Amino acid sequence: MMKNLRGSSTPVDPPVSDAIDAPADWRRFAPELDESKVVFSERVHGGGHWSGVLKRGTALRLVDVDGGVNVAALFYNQEEKLERYNMADTLKAQHTAHLTRGFVCYSDMGRVLCSVVADTVGWHDPIGGVSSNEDVAAKYGEHRFQEHRNDMYRSGREGLLIELGKWGLGARDLVANVNFFSKVVADETGALRFEPGNSTAGDYVDLRFEMNTLVALSTAPHPLDPGPQYAPGRLQLIAWRADPPGVDDYCRNFRPENRRGFHNTEILFR
Amino acid sequence: MTMGAIQNQPSRLDPASAVYDFTLPAGEPWMHEVKRGQIFRIVDIEGNQAVDTLFFSARDPAERYSAQDTIRRQGNIYLTAGSALMSNEGKVMLRIVADTCGRHDTLGGACAAESNTVRYALDKKYMHNCRDNFLTALARWGHRYGMTKRDIPANINFFMNVPVTGSGGLTFEDGVSAPGKYVEMRAEMDVIALISNCPQLNNPCNAYNPTPVRLLIWNPE
Repeated sequence: MMKNLRGSSTPVDPPVSDAIDAPADWRRFAPELDESKVVFSERVHGGGHWSGVLKRGTALRLVDVDGGVNVAALFYNQEEKLERYNMADTLKAQHTAHLTRGFVCYSDMGRVLCSVVADTVGWHDPIGGVSSNEDVAAKYGEHRFQEHRNDMYRSGREGLLIELGKWGLGARDLVANVNFFSKVVADETGALRFEPGNSTAGDYVDLRFEMNTLVALSTAPHPLDPGPQYAPGRLQLIAWRADPPGVDDYCRNFRPENRRGFHNTEILFR
Repeated sequence: MTMGAIQNQPSRLDPASAVYDFTLPAGEPWMHEVKRGQIFRIVDIEGNQAVDTLFFSARDPAERYSAQDTIRRQGNIYLTAGSALMSNEGKVMLRIVADTCGRHDTLGGACAAESNTVRYALDKKYMHNCRDNFLTALARWGHRYGMTKRDIPANINFFMNVPVTGSGGLTFEDGVSAPGKYVEMRAEMDVIALISNCPQLNNPCNAYNPTPVRLLIWNPE
């Protein structure tokens, strides 16, 4: 759709001569980055979806632009997509039911897909899952493209399936996901509680990719978010060439299990 | 009923009237159809045995048990009597109708050669594990349904106690199970049940001693 962008809230496309797509955005959210290291930056619409390949040695910052964003994420080995993020292995290997700096995302092959190298949030949910179309319709009502154009309501599951479809993957590949920026706690009886306000505008989490990884994301609301309105926030992505994890790397040494996980990963690239 | 509180919900069904009765040795795979309306019981014969279990729709195995959908729908991470086992398409696959153990794990998943190297030591890779059982079952029987490794998501660990702490930790506690405890579920659709009777020798949760389980099926009354 051609429109005069002057005065619009949509960011104006940068000149084609620019090495990256939207320097104003990444400078706002990652001012410390050396421009020569930036690979790309991109804004993901609230309720939207995104996928891409993050090569080994690349870091990806996820920024909560508006506050309260939820980012459902799945990770696959780009070369062999049957190797994928494994919720149970990630949790039990690190004795955790949440993710923050130091923790890593394990594949089912005992390797580290990505490491959480920085985090201003403190808690990311690995157990709550994604909403279905039926969940979204029951909770928020129906909001079709016909009436609402790109403010239509989309479920997390549908967004992820669209992105997976672009890479030849489908429902059989859609496994238990991480929900970045959201917090779900369990009490001593096992009862789950969603904690609102876990992330505010400007919060971010940095993932460093230890393998060539296909990443699929949805920014639909968390399925346990009690908010009555479908009002998902926007996500800013900034990718850059990161320093490789040394022997003293925080994530590598966060747990003894992670040292073995990094070993398993590194022999794949020798 | 308060979900999550340890409770005892026995069954009135008599094993003598079961249409299927099989004792699965420790460390073995098993795959079997359970028809809609049938009752499926797993008995922890000697106590604290982990029974790694998955369910698939017999009509379309791409529809399968989903740990995240199951715990979210009931608002609780543990399974017990009253729990509905949900599919990835939001449908009830089975309901737990009796349970003398009182708590079953949804988060710990299955052991695998590769994850054993991470969790215990690199030289544990040779040891028998649940994923090898799942892959054996797919090779022996699952190919009829077109199933492969793609179809293996996070599984249930019947009889295992894996509590989550308030600060977000995950712990492996002594089992709440004991010899003769059982869990029983009614199929709400035709399902394929896939089990690995866990051979893990590195985890104290089964006292380092994998043991057989008894599997029974009753027709609808």
